[in-house]
Amino acid sequence: MTSARSPLAFWAGFAIVLGLLIIAPLVLPEFWRRFVTEILIWGLLAMSSDILIGYTGMVSFGHSAFFGLGMYGAAAALLTVRPPNLWVALAYGIVAAAVVAVFVAYFSTRLREIYFGITTLVFSQIFYVIIFTWTEVTGGENGLTFSRPTLSVPGLFSMPFDSNTLHWFVLAVVTVSYLVLRRITQSPFGMVLQSIRENEPRTRAIGYAVERYKIVAVMLSGLFAGLAGVLYAVQNRFAAPDFVFFVVSGEVVIFNVMGGVGTLVGPIVGAAFFLLLREGCSRFFTEYYLIPVGLIFIAMVIFMPQGLVGVWRRRLNQ
Amino acid sequence: MAIPFEQILIQTINGIVTGMILALVASGLTLIFGIMDVVNFAHGELFMLGAYVGVVTMVATGNFWLALLTAIIVLAALGAIIQVTTLRPLLGRDPLTTILATFGLSLVLQNYALWQFGPVARKIPEPITGHFTLFYLDYPWYRIAIALLSAAIIGGLYLFLKFGTYGIWIRATTQDRVMAAAMGIPVPWVHTAVFAIGAGMAAASGVLFGPLVGVNHAMGLDWTLKAFIVVVVGGMGNLGGSIAASIFISLLEAYASLWVSPAQAVIVSFVVLILTLLFRPTGLFVPTPK
Repeated sequence: MTSARSPLAFWAGFAIVLGLLIIAPLVLPEFWRRFVTEILIWGLLAMSSDILIGYTGMVSFGHSAFFGLGMYGAAAALLTVRPPNLWVALAYGIVAAAVVAVFVAYFSTRLREIYFGITTLVFSQIFYVIIFTWTEVTGGENGLTFSRPTLSVPGLFSMPFDSNTLHWFVLAVVTVSYLVLRRITQSPFGMVLQSIRENEPRTRAIGYAVERYKIVAVMLSGLFAGLAGVLYAVQNRFAAPDFVFFVVSGEVVIFNVMGGVGTLVGPIVGAAFFLLLREGCSRFFTEYYLIPVGLIFIAMVIFMPQGLVGVWRRRLNQ
Repeated sequence: MAIPFEQILIQTINGIVTGMILALVASGLTLIFGIMDVVNFAHGELFMLGAYVGVVTMVATGNFWLALLTAIIVLAALGAIIQVTTLRPLLGRDPLTTILATFGLSLVLQNYALWQFGPVARKIPEPITGHFTLFYLDYPWYRIAIALLSAAIIGGLYLFLKFGTYGIWIRATTQDRVMAAAMGIPVPWVHTAVFAIGAGMAAASGVLFGPLVGVNHAMGLDWTLKAFIVVVVGGMGNLGGSIAASIFISLLEAYASLWVSPAQAVIVSFVVLILTLLFRPTGLFVPTPK
């Protein structure tokens, strides 16, 4: 065990990474500034699903639904509430995603392993079909566009987002989410989740209401996925059904596996790695970039099941 | 709203025809799952690639049946290669890793098809062009032929599994992998063969289905999902159940599309799946679980 010296090393590393991310927009050109912000958002989405994959041992293929509900929730708030308010959008998106997550969890948590994955996938497809075909409300295939709200704290200040403040805002949200999720995984609640992962029948035998813990885990996970959806909606000023399609869920699982599950940091690293890989490959392979990316992913599944940061798994959870 | 009787009958026939194609796709998938514990996310992509091989052969030779045969052989070979390179190393690991690997595979295959064949849908001409009159509609004989041919292929598979020496090897491997290996059955190669058979069947259904809608690189996604639903509703690894479930779900979808658009009719099958998972997680068409 590396218990004695790790916490300090961990927090030092945390501070360095955070510092780098804070100054990133000041030194990077416009394109990469946006890119880093996007990595953070996808990283938050992947991190939210790590609660299920890495800590509870349930692989969700339905995170696109929660992400999409966050997007559409934010869209609803920004289009109906006058004047558009960032905090209302956040609340709408998070609540929408969390409610849907509880609904999905109520059905899917009765099943285990692959069956859980398939159920979440099917639920996300149901939401996709609803959003895709209910054109009057959701804009159907075209989605919804809206303007970006201002960053404001009532009574203190109000300023429009530029790409720097947007980056810092996203960074703040992701950092707080990370700390909250980290705290959750180390809480007694998180310990129960991990014991479900290790041995579900035994956890049940000890007397924990496993189903209830799973439902709460899915809800938490959906809530943070919705948060990521809101951020993405605010960054891009649109909500589209493509983001509810199950391929997005698949990408989320890819981020997790590439980065290393059960570490919370891993999914962000995975998202960064995947997006960079995609960016790099699309320079050479244009729109067929998924061919090399897919091959690299398969190779990583076979040869590197722990992911990029899996080696430090124990240390990252300290 | 009253629906005329003819329409219901037409939808019944449509449902059975799509159901038979779906059964062909799903029986490959369920065979692969039952024997190897592999949830093959790339199955729809094999279907799609099969259809493309059919298109290419069709353009070169003009013979539909030759195209069908070529597609089956090429995809079976590709399936064997995929199994050896990608899935064999994962043998004995968590079944979830196979989902991930095959998901990656489906990205690769789908984009390969996009790269190779472009985004424009290709059309395979129907080999049987005759029609017969069904009420006020001209119903193509070809659709009936598809259903019969699918039934023949599935029937052939059933006989092979039931009586063929290698079929018995396959069933033995399903029942007990370790025991089968102890009896001298080359289990890794049985896995390869099963994956090849599944891929070949997906290819056959792809070519058969091609003339109905046209072939494009994204068609596989739809079929992967559908086949998954069928396989779960029918009971994972249960061949008869998958066939029954294919027809059942296709009929339901066909009837549902009398009222709503086909895009929304899909929800019916989703609901069937969820209800099945909740009340009979081992599948609708299997004897009461132990």
